[in-house]
Amino acid sequence: MEKADLVIIGGGPAGLAAAVRAREAGVGRVLLLERNPILGGILNQCIHDGFGVIRFGSAMSGPEYAARFVDMAKDAGAEAVTGAMVVGLSPERTVTYITPQGLFEVQAKAVILSTGCRERTRGALGVPGNRPAGVYTAGVVQYLMNMRNLSFGRNVVIMGSGDIGLIMARRMTLEGAKVHCVLEKLPFCSGLPRNVRQCLEDFDIPLCLAETVKEIHGDDHITHVVTAKVDEKGRFIPGSERTIPCDVLVLSVGLIPENELAKACGIEMDPVTGGALVDGHLMTGVPGIFSCGNGLHVHDLVDLVSEEGERAAEQAAAYLRGAIEKPMVPVTVSGGIRYVLPRRLAVGEEGYLSLRVTLPGRDQKLTVTAGGSVLVSKRMKRCMPSEMIRLKVKNVPDCQKVEVSLS
Amino acid sequence: MEHFDILIVGGGSVGCAIAYTLSRYDLKVAVAEKELDVGMGTSGRNSGVVHAGFNNRPGSLMAKLCVAGSEGFESLCRLLDIPYNKTGKLVVGYDEADKQALLKLIAQGEKNGVKGLELIDGDAIRAMEPGLTASWAMYSRNTAVFNPFLYSIHLAEAAAQNGVRFYLDSPVTAIDAAENGYIVRAGAHTLSCRTLVNSAGLFADRISAMAGDPAFTIYPCRGEYYLLDKGDLKLPVYPVPRPGVGGLGVHLTVTVDGNILIGPSADYIDAPEDYSTTEPVLDQLRAEAQKLLPRLNMRTVIGTYAGVRPKLVKKGEANFGDFVIERSQRAKHLINLIGIESPGITASLPIAEMVRDILFEDTDLTEKPDFIPTYRGIPRFAELTRDQQRLLIAQDPDFGDVVCRCETVTRAQVKQALHNPIGATGIIAVKNRTRVTMGRCNGGYCFQRVVEMLLSEGKAPVDIDFKRRGDRPLLGYVKGVGESYGKS
Repeated sequence: MEKADLVIIGGGPAGLAAAVRAREAGVGRVLLLERNPILGGILNQCIHDGFGVIRFGSAMSGPEYAARFVDMAKDAGAEAVTGAMVVGLSPERTVTYITPQGLFEVQAKAVILSTGCRERTRGALGVPGNRPAGVYTAGVVQYLMNMRNLSFGRNVVIMGSGDIGLIMARRMTLEGAKVHCVLEKLPFCSGLPRNVRQCLEDFDIPLCLAETVKEIHGDDHITHVVTAKVDEKGRFIPGSERTIPCDVLVLSVGLIPENELAKACGIEMDPVTGGALVDGHLMTGVPGIFSCGNGLHVHDLVDLVSEEGERAAEQAAAYLRGAIEKPMVPVTVSGGIRYVLPRRLAVGEEGYLSLRVTLPGRDQKLTVTAGGSVLVSKRMKRCMPSEMIRLKVKNVPDCQKVEVSLS
Repeated sequence: MEHFDILIVGGGSVGCAIAYTLSRYDLKVAVAEKELDVGMGTSGRNSGVVHAGFNNRPGSLMAKLCVAGSEGFESLCRLLDIPYNKTGKLVVGYDEADKQALLKLIAQGEKNGVKGLELIDGDAIRAMEPGLTASWAMYSRNTAVFNPFLYSIHLAEAAAQNGVRFYLDSPVTAIDAAENGYIVRAGAHTLSCRTLVNSAGLFADRISAMAGDPAFTIYPCRGEYYLLDKGDLKLPVYPVPRPGVGGLGVHLTVTVDGNILIGPSADYIDAPEDYSTTEPVLDQLRAEAQKLLPRLNMRTVIGTYAGVRPKLVKKGEANFGDFVIERSQRAKHLINLIGIESPGITASLPIAEMVRDILFEDTDLTEKPDFIPTYRGIPRFAELTRDQQRLLIAQDPDFGDVVCRCETVTRAQVKQALHNPIGATGIIAVKNRTRVTMGRCNGGYCFQRVVEMLLSEGKAPVDIDFKRRGDRPLLGYVKGVGESYGKS
């Protein structure tokens, strides 16, 4: 059987960054498997700008950002196979993949899962009504519009205020469509504040909070939606219905880490993030298999996805050197925090925590404590569920648990 | 004008079974179907269960044909490459009254000639399906599940392979009596036939009236469903039948692909093709399903859908509506099949044989020497072993190009589905043949890839249909590309 030191599954931003860093860290054969014909993942369909501000100090388009990493991966000597769909991963790290050239198995010493995420669908929401044509997730519209120049409609309603939905509100407006509104069931926006400004406010597109689609109508093609306001428990408020004629409904109602391979491999999942349960080394419950990027938890900035890919590669490299056996301390969270990742940190190492709050808030304090001593204390002028918060713990002490709290 | 001995109106499972049955003989047979593909109505919108035959009134046509159909179903599926799985089924109850009802059901089943029925207790139930809360159940050993889409499709394609003509996208708009049969307007076609077989399902009353027999009224009765991702349910679980409720009660079903279904409800509606799902019914489905199986995870919902039963009994009528399968009493060139609701698919082959016998009670039929009884559909790549997959990729590299990630469908399969033998069009024809867009991502990955394949075959975006002619999933190209901004 073919062998590799490290197999990386998924050639989007996380996988590309991991490939580069793994080679830099001295890993021998690094094999990157990507199912699309080109590397870069979803970045390739993101023709808007704003990528790389943190990383490269300039706002690039998605393909530009991807191209930089593709070049770096090539220069670093990572091997990549495109058009390769991974169909199997065993706990012993045998990776099975299919290409038009055949079905292949490769035995890896370590594996990084950088499989990205998929969009939540209308079906998952269970919106009643008919199932006419003209209802799409934002990512499908983005791909077909940006990569294939296809158009979808002239009268658009966008359900959900995720970032791709906001981006597509602007994009479809620029293509001459009338975007009637972006509806968000929650009382606050799910997308980044900068996207609300640049994609909605600059184009006079209303963002309707605490309102969502109640019914979808149309026998063959969608004709209109009925929307309604919702109360704080998410229930429809009778009498608040309005009918909006439209010929396309775009859904941007959340992203789900894609982990079918991991699940089939027996890797334990975190029901909150939808990603694998990982320790401070980004290693899953199966030794030698690591997870990063949107497949681990959904990020809001690609720069941070790349960074997490790099950390996964460093940890995989350390694992290959036999240098990551360390005791772990559990991480717990208090109310107001939706999740923290990882759930265990390695004693004596730097610890990186990613977390999201449950509700928007102002002037709060985020504290990380361990055994009575404060490790990190951060004043938060503004906390948004849409913005991932990252904390660094310089030296994780040997203690009962690390606690993260918001007050 | 094309002439046929037999024109079948309606390409549902029954129409296709009749077409397949008649394709054995030296006859000119055609099927007129209003949708883009066969099996698009009630035949594709159900639980996908092969019924053993214990639910139907002893002595009825339904009971007789269902039991016969159930017994022959597995071998038909093997002959025609239709996915089938003999899961067995549980009909569950909670108290002494339910237990008595189950015993009655067993007695009824046995009267109908159903084999393999037994009463089991709570422990035996949970040994079979952990997590069920019931105290008693009837276990039916011979109940099975199958792929309802491929059932109609493979019957049709097998019939086409033996010379039957399929006129898809051809709604029948006029039926004129001719000297020795009918002249039928079906979509863009004018066809003549000696005998018209009316298997038009929800529209069978209208077709019968158009052909000169206005004696029937169909009462559409909708059933709504939840479709869940693949889970760990092993067999269909039904509640004890309650009198006065249309349908078999809200049940849990595992599909032949491993998905879980919740449904169907039973509500009379006005429009025969109103396939909407509704909030109160979906709420009710969730509640009833969780009563049957509390561990059910509703976070794995993939979608909702509805099917409509063509009932012969009105709302509130306690009467039993048996299948009507007969030569019309008013129009001698018309064979009517009316009220073919559940268990219509299970019974479809015996129904077809009954139609054949009615058609040719006084005539000898000549079998064609070159009749091919078997049919092979598109390879189901995901179900194959690694070695079989390797072999297919070596034969055709398109089998190594995975177009649908959730269901592992390859480009080669989609290509074959696009060029299917009955000329079915629309993305739906690919979906129902290969399972693209049926998985948990609802087409988030594969829809665009199928669209790209259609475009690369020269199809204009505005000419791509999704489920029905002209439903226009795409408006055209964006400004300045290829053509002007859409068509109005």
